[in-house]
Amino acid sequence: MTTRRSALSRQPMAIIAVCMLGVLVLLAVFAPVVWGDKAVAADPDSIALPLSAEHLLGTDKLGRDILLRTLVATRLSLVMAIAATLIGACIGLLLGAMPAVFGARAQRWFASVVSTWLAFPVLLVAMLTVVLLGPGATTAVVALALTMTPSFARLAQTLSSRVGGSEFLAAARMLGVSRRRQFTRYVLPNIAEPVIVNVTTSIGGGLLALSSLSFLGVGVQPPDFDWGRLLSEGFGEVYNSPVAAIGPGVTVVFAGLAFSMLGESLAAHLRNREHGKALSPRRLGPAPVAERPAETPSATATDCAETIVPLLEVDGLSVSFPGPDGWIRPVQDVSFRIAPGEIVGVVGESGSGKSVTMMSVAQLAPAGAAVTARRLRFDGEDLTGLTPAAAGKVLGTRVGVVFQDSLTALNPALRVGTQLAEIPRVHGAVGRRQAHEMAVRALDDVQIPDAAHRAQQFPHEFSGGMRQRALIAMSQIGSPSLIIADEPTTALDVTVQRRVLALLRRECAESGAAAIVVSHDVAVLAELCQRVLVMYAGRVVEDVDIALLATPERLAHPYTRALTASLPDLDTDRTTPLVTIPGEPPDLSRPITGCAFAARCAFATELCRTETPVPVPHRHGGRVACWHPQDAIAPDTTPGREEVGA
Amino acid sequence: MTPSTSVSGSRRGGYRWLGFLLRRTGRMLVAMWVIITVAFLVLRMAGGDPVRSALGATADESVVQARREMLGLNDPLIVQYFDYLAGLFRGDLGVSIITGRSVTELVSHRLPATLELAGIAFLVVLLVAVPVGLGIAIITQGNGRRGVETVFTGVTAFIAAIPEYLLGVVLVIVFAITLHAFPVAGRTGPASYLLPVIALSVSAAASISRIARIEALQTLKDDYVRTARSKRLPAWMVYFRHALPNMLTATLTIGGTLLGAMIAGSVLVEQVFNWPGLGMAFVGAITTKDYGIVQGLALVYAAIILVVNLLVDLVLSLLDRRTSLLETS
Amino acid sequence: MAELVIDDLVVTFGHRQRAFNAVDGVSLTVPHGTIVGLVGESGSGKSTVARTVAGLQRATSGRITLDGDDLLHTRGVDRRHRAQGVQMIFQDPYSSLNPRMTVGETIEEALTTHRDLNAKQRAASVRELLELVRLKPAVAGQYPSQISGGMRQRVAIARCLAVRPRLIVADEITSALDASVQGAVLNLIRDLQRELELSMIFITHNLAAVRYIADTTAVMSRGRVVEYGDAEEIVANPRHPYTQALVSAIPRIENAGTDHLLRLADEDGLR
Ligand SMILES: Nc1ncnc2c1ncn2[C@@H]1O[C@H](COP(=O)(O)OP(=O)(O)O)[C@@H](O)[C@H]1O
Ligand code: SF4
Ligand SMILES: [Mg+2]
Repeated sequence: MTTRRSALSRQPMAIIAVCMLGVLVLLAVFAPVVWGDKAVAADPDSIALPLSAEHLLGTDKLGRDILLRTLVATRLSLVMAIAATLIGACIGLLLGAMPAVFGARAQRWFASVVSTWLAFPVLLVAMLTVVLLGPGATTAVVALALTMTPSFARLAQTLSSRVGGSEFLAAARMLGVSRRRQFTRYVLPNIAEPVIVNVTTSIGGGLLALSSLSFLGVGVQPPDFDWGRLLSEGFGEVYNSPVAAIGPGVTVVFAGLAFSMLGESLAAHLRNREHGKALSPRRLGPAPVAERPAETPSATATDCAETIVPLLEVDGLSVSFPGPDGWIRPVQDVSFRIAPGEIVGVVGESGSGKSVTMMSVAQLAPAGAAVTARRLRFDGEDLTGLTPAAAGKVLGTRVGVVFQDSLTALNPALRVGTQLAEIPRVHGAVGRRQAHEMAVRALDDVQIPDAAHRAQQFPHEFSGGMRQRALIAMSQIGSPSLIIADEPTTALDVTVQRRVLALLRRECAESGAAAIVVSHDVAVLAELCQRVLVMYAGRVVEDVDIALLATPERLAHPYTRALTASLPDLDTDRTTPLVTIPGEPPDLSRPITGCAFAARCAFATELCRTETPVPVPHRHGGRVACWHPQDAIAPDTTPGREEVGA
Repeated sequence: MTPSTSVSGSRRGGYRWLGFLLRRTGRMLVAMWVIITVAFLVLRMAGGDPVRSALGATADESVVQARREMLGLNDPLIVQYFDYLAGLFRGDLGVSIITGRSVTELVSHRLPATLELAGIAFLVVLLVAVPVGLGIAIITQGNGRRGVETVFTGVTAFIAAIPEYLLGVVLVIVFAITLHAFPVAGRTGPASYLLPVIALSVSAAASISRIARIEALQTLKDDYVRTARSKRLPAWMVYFRHALPNMLTATLTIGGTLLGAMIAGSVLVEQVFNWPGLGMAFVGAITTKDYGIVQGLALVYAAIILVVNLLVDLVLSLLDRRTSLLETS
Repeated sequence: MAELVIDDLVVTFGHRQRAFNAVDGVSLTVPHGTIVGLVGESGSGKSTVARTVAGLQRATSGRITLDGDDLLHTRGVDRRHRAQGVQMIFQDPYSSLNPRMTVGETIEEALTTHRDLNAKQRAASVRELLELVRLKPAVAGQYPSQISGGMRQRVAIARCLAVRPRLIVADEITSALDASVQGAVLNLIRDLQRELELSMIFITHNLAAVRYIADTTAVMSRGRVVEYGDAEEIVANPRHPYTQALVSAIPRIENAGTDHLLRLADEDGLR
């Protein structure tokens, strides 16, 4: 994890920026020593010459070589920018971090001072300072530092208040860690990096601002000169010799760019270290597809009777995401069918691929995901191989989706009624007023009181349960034949959850729509569904009638059995320890050979570790992906065990 | 949950917005007062006798004394302060130390030129940068098109590193001097706006489009965009109706000081293009040490920027109906 | 271990018109060596009680004492002494560990604040504590970002135990964890409580978990304790209507394959 290719030295932009800075530093150190005298000595023989081989940028009114002067000015320009930024950063950090110590009121008051201060543009404050202190290099540095202070203060404020409110700092306080140690070990290390990035970028900005001051004639005063001063002198002669102005200009841009590039590659480095940057498409290669031994039977057969034409048929669905070490495969070779009107649950731990599967089926996979399937049919129409946009068009409003987090799933900037009404507006081609009436009716149907008034409100004005019901209303308004609900009740309290579940069940019963409901809570699905798909590490491991959940001994897959047994319910024996599953789910960014559950499974054999089991029809009426199903403890019926025993 | 709480809820929202408006206005007035006082003190405290330094060492002592008398500089400081405040309330921004002419008059002549320049440039920045940022974000979301991403970041980083005045100088050299295509200087007609507006807006547009792209990438990942896609709305509706407003508020919040920065940038651009706005007068006054004009113009600039910031905040708070903005300020 | 007494605790947030009591007159006793469960829906004030007991939140009125020591007015009390009174374990193990400190450093921090130990003793104690929460000693060298949520929560528990507090407040410590890991953490808490005779307030919204782990349970609603009693009894025979509503709303596997929800929908008056 630590030796990612995010290493700073491997970023081309960082290398270029460091080289550019190296050139600048060399110039700043040596140019004044080598050419310092020549750059200031007037030469009456070569006044205002145009460019020539001898004077690449020509000479100025006193006959001094402009190129040499530009190079010599590097030192003053850089030193001023760096000094101003550092002064501004130090004062800003101090001002920004200190109020955190003095409590909430000081913090609020100070925040308002800082934001007022921030409102004044750099150049104006700088010029007023110049007026007060008289023009000159020192004044310019002070002026710039003054204008940079509030933005650093704001940064420090935001960062330190984030750390200040963190639970790890609360824990340290509770442990009795001294204030000084809290600051040095907890606050500083957690804010240092963004501050360093910001300082680097600000030096570039400071350089431009200082050159602006000098250009206006209120910065560096003769006989001193920096790039801005040279530019302004050059601009005075622009009709005689345009290059005189261009030369110093190029160096200003060069230096500004160097600092901002360095800052940016530092920031990118930090980002990548945290999240890992995905490999480029070229290095990733093609997305993996479900590979299945040719001899295995079609695995989609389920208790959804063969005679009925399935509403949804998914075969060999795989979803991969670009990751830092190659493809991450959260969903591999998933197959299932949904009959019309059937309510199917999907259960699994977080990260087992439930949401990715469902979003891919609904053609809503996030950008960058590679979705492949051997077969994908909905309501008799073949979607296999279509682009998500094209497939989405085919699905139209026949698939309604209910999302998990109702606050983020609704657009904060649009009224709830508008968000519902746009479905009939677009798909039903009805008028604005009629669409709005439909929206109000839909909200009324899900028991939202005073629906006409509520439709005019924004999502944040709704309570959590009400928002979730509004989402259900939204999924219903297009009269879908399939509802996909991704953790519809996870964020809700039990009493609200019960209402939402009852509502969902009722909607399906009335409209005859089928539903796929994702949850990590087996009990929720038990109440709502007819069949359940159990997912583990991106695969369906068991597909079974819901009634079997009440009798765990009839379940076949060791994971399903453990899952139903491991959670305490209201009848759990309090005197014995809870049944637990040892270990942790596997890391999906590495290829898994054999059964993904093998490391945690009490029944694992050599076969399990080498061959991946695929879901096959099982005698309990569903499907199981396991070499050693546990529902009938009769080893001779499980071929895998025989093989290993032999 | 019940209708009655909902009604009072939205009414409370209205009050909160009013409170926000009052707080912001109050803060602006305080800031204005601070600036007035600082500007007043600067004139009195700047090293030595401002009248003597403005009129030069050769000016006759009686002339200097007469000018001091006229400016009221011989009164006690506190009297001067209240005179000054009273004058401001009457719209009197003071007089030039050198010529004795009214600053208010100067402002009324030159303000329109500056506002036009900054305003047009501001619109250009928003109209170019936000769509470009959104467009590039749409193209580069996911893991594809690394090339587009690299080129965009590289080019905008380069452009953003070019200060306004330098671009102005280059434009003057290329278009006005070499090609004779546009007026070199002054505000002489529609064509004369082109180069100054470009000089003022290009680098700001580059940095705003970078911000806009990052915000748009963030917005496109938001859940409600996925919800919009789940409704199978046409792509333009997903992007313009669902993504754009949210991305715009985020962009403006970060780039909120943009308009203020453009007004400041106009000082430089006016200098390059000899634009008859406030900036020329301001820089001229600083170099000639005419602190009477400096004081008056600084106030005008400060007022413009504070009002503009207030307006941006109000627009944002109307765009962003969530409580976050209202609560945190 | 010690006895905690909370007496008529009130915690108010906001000012004037917008003021409301997040905790509104809560009285509660945690006897020596027992676990008291605190259940209720979100916003009922559970966490606020926890934070006030742990000294992270100021009380508006009321008294909290631990073995007679006043916990609300600790001005002048040595911070180390105070720390050995109450320690809290937080809900989110992702944010309760300093991302810039290794697991070993985190635990050492808790050890050295309270005892003078040399490097060898420190390493030994860290190993012992990790063993106590069933983690391998090698974990000590890792950063929080390198270990799973369940392991982080164990580290947080070890850090808390390192101080040897007289009372532990556990606020929703399993709700951020995966189903298959929750049971293990509950088992761990139970074992530790028996081994070390811990006194503990165990906060959760999960009635089944609190029934399993606690000796007595207090049910909170809108800042008040509405029912208090034996953990098993309160679930089996809830008396307060709010508790009854809570218990009956819990989804059950036994209802699998029935049209239970449709009946409920009819009761709710959903057409
Ligand atoms: N710092 C705070 N400022 C204002 N309100 C708060 C604060 N902390 C908690 N609350 C409010 O107090 C109420 C009780 O919250 P909490 O104790 O967190 O309940 P629970 O633990 O049951 O979720 C909630 O309505 C919550 O919004
Ligand atoms: S295949 Fe083997 S390891 Fe996997 S669940 Fe079945 S018995 Fe366990
Ligand atoms: Mg809580």
